[in-house]
Amino acid sequence: MSGPTSQDARPALVEAIGLTKRFGEVDVLKDVNLAVQAGEKVAIIGPSGSGKTTLLRCVAHRERPTSGHVTIAGERIGEKLVKGHWREMSDREIARIRTGIGMVFQRFNLFPHLTALDNVMLGPMRVLRQSRAEAEPLARELLRKVGLAHKAADYPERLSGGQQQRVAIARSLAMQPRLMLFDEATSALDPELIGEVLNVMRDLARDGMTMLVVTHEMQFAEDVADRVVFMDHGRVVDEGPPHELFRAPSHPRTQAFLRAVVDRQVMGETAES
Amino acid sequence: MTWEIFNDSMPELLVAAIGTLRMTAFAFLLAATLGLTLAFLRLAGGLAGRLALLYIEIVRGMPALTLLFLIYFGLVPAGIVLNSFLAAVVALGLNGAAYLAEVYRAGIQAVDSGQREAAQMLGLRRPQIMRDVILPQAVPIVLPPMGNYLVSLLKDTSIASLISAPELMLRSRDLAGTYYLPMEYYLLAGAMYLVMAWPMMYGARRLERHFARGRLQGGRT
Amino acid sequence: MSAWLTVGHLLPVLLLGAVTTLEVTAGSFVVATLIGLVLAILQRLDWRPLRVVIAIYVDVFRAIPVLTQLFIIYFGLTEIGIRLDPVPAAIVGFGINGGAYLTEVFRSGIGAVHQGQLEAAQMLGMTRLAALRIVILPQAMRVVLPPLGNFAIGLLKDTALASAVAAPELMFRARTLVDQTFLATQIFVTAAAIYLAMSLPLGFLTRRAEAHLSRGRR
Repeated sequence: MSGPTSQDARPALVEAIGLTKRFGEVDVLKDVNLAVQAGEKVAIIGPSGSGKTTLLRCVAHRERPTSGHVTIAGERIGEKLVKGHWREMSDREIARIRTGIGMVFQRFNLFPHLTALDNVMLGPMRVLRQSRAEAEPLARELLRKVGLAHKAADYPERLSGGQQQRVAIARSLAMQPRLMLFDEATSALDPELIGEVLNVMRDLARDGMTMLVVTHEMQFAEDVADRVVFMDHGRVVDEGPPHELFRAPSHPRTQAFLRAVVDRQVMGETAES
Repeated sequence: MTWEIFNDSMPELLVAAIGTLRMTAFAFLLAATLGLTLAFLRLAGGLAGRLALLYIEIVRGMPALTLLFLIYFGLVPAGIVLNSFLAAVVALGLNGAAYLAEVYRAGIQAVDSGQREAAQMLGLRRPQIMRDVILPQAVPIVLPPMGNYLVSLLKDTSIASLISAPELMLRSRDLAGTYYLPMEYYLLAGAMYLVMAWPMMYGARRLERHFARGRLQGGRT
Repeated sequence: MSAWLTVGHLLPVLLLGAVTTLEVTAGSFVVATLIGLVLAILQRLDWRPLRVVIAIYVDVFRAIPVLTQLFIIYFGLTEIGIRLDPVPAAIVGFGINGGAYLTEVFRSGIGAVHQGQLEAAQMLGMTRLAALRIVILPQAMRVVLPPLGNFAIGLLKDTALASAVAAPELMFRARTLVDQTFLATQIFVTAAAIYLAMSLPLGFLTRRAEAHLSRGRR
């Protein structure tokens, strides 16, 4: 499971360069640099308020960095070069870039007025302009892959949290993205439902998807990630392959954080995947 | 008392009541559509949004009666002469649009922000998001207030009697004056309004119960 | 443009009307609040026939236009010998009509106060009535302040209908002047402006109250 490291010479699929984000008086991100190779799975861990979610949102261009920029496959998102100056991208151009990125949210955000199948088909039909006949086969296949083929005609309110999140994953996959972002995808789930979602994410990883996962599930991060990034107070404090970071962390703050988390896990407060 | 007089008057009162219902229907259509336009302008922001807000503040700051007189009498020097029915429809419609615009705006903004986020991440653009995700969820939220508005609109048509528009209050005033029976005719008019309003009120309450908030909020474990 | 100068001369008359408008509004507001408060409290007592009667009152007066109610009170009551002056008639009419509306407002305001408050108060030995008065109402007052503010603004505008029963408020004065001068546009625009001058500050205050209340309470 050891993949390319961030020192690899190949151009990265996702690059965050010098990202700083300021909210009012507070610097939520301070000069963050991160590179993710195609096919790499990167887990981002850290205490709340460390900026992990903000980093993810910057990659998705849901936040505009105060300084620095993000490139995806070499293309800057949110900005384009116009006559030597960087100008803001239009809504249409940003939307186009987002079709290559999939995002899974903590609160699922399924469309409650559509069935599971319609949720999955909405993107392909409206954005990729496929007809229902064209979109349906892939949608049904994706629902089957996440184990919910039998729930295709159900509305979100009839699905459990774990099932809703799996539909949300299928919905993002329907756009056939190159990159999948997970923003604490299991944090809002009851403990017994976390496993089914993590299994889907494991399958996705095995299939070679490039994944950037903000998570509290340390066991999952250790199993699936090629690289773990530890953030604290808006900076990348530590990073490395999971066996190094989890078993023998060098940085004192990483040690402190992991100790606190492991204590909770040992006491059974966090669900084991 | 004087039941024979009532029997004779009933046909004209019923005709007048139909006038009331027609006025309500047309004014409601105008208010609902113009209100939607105003709400979108407000949400879009910018100069158009501020103009829409200006319109809303001004129209909601004055009585509907004043607006009615302005439209019926006040536009004459500018060459715009409307008949009383049309003037009433326009005035009530303009007034209602200002009210419904805020109802619509609140309803749209009440849709969970996560919905917009998810749609954006799928690559949908703003008009698509509004049409496929936001509006379908806003409709259940705005229907109950619209139902209540319809009932108050029905009652508000009575002010058109003051410019002699053909509706129920005017007819009952004429009859009350003709026969010197104000109590009887106004009570009768009241009863007729009741009969018209009650089904609407009942319907509005059913809407409210059916679309109780929280039913369509997805995304909870 | 001389028409507007004429209106300038007429402004004092209109402003006098505005004062009457405020008088009618204030009077009706007091009556409506008293009725609404009393009925809302009565409705929470355990006597079913009373609750039904109040519910009927509310439904009936919310289904009939205010104008009709005004006419019944001002013109209709003369048939049985009750002759009211325009302003008192208007205050009674708007007050009873508003009372029906405010009964609902106060009822849901009281209901918004947590059920546990009532239970705690009763466990301390208070009667239902005392609990309502001492514990529930003060909290409910905070909840109903915004709807009350909006009601007051609506009432201010509704008083224009009192012109139909010859109460000397703003619209009545305006209509009289228009009959005399035929300057409909100028006079009605001025009247509208005066209404705006009265209602906008009220609206601003209400919104401030709303914002203040939704900050941090509960």
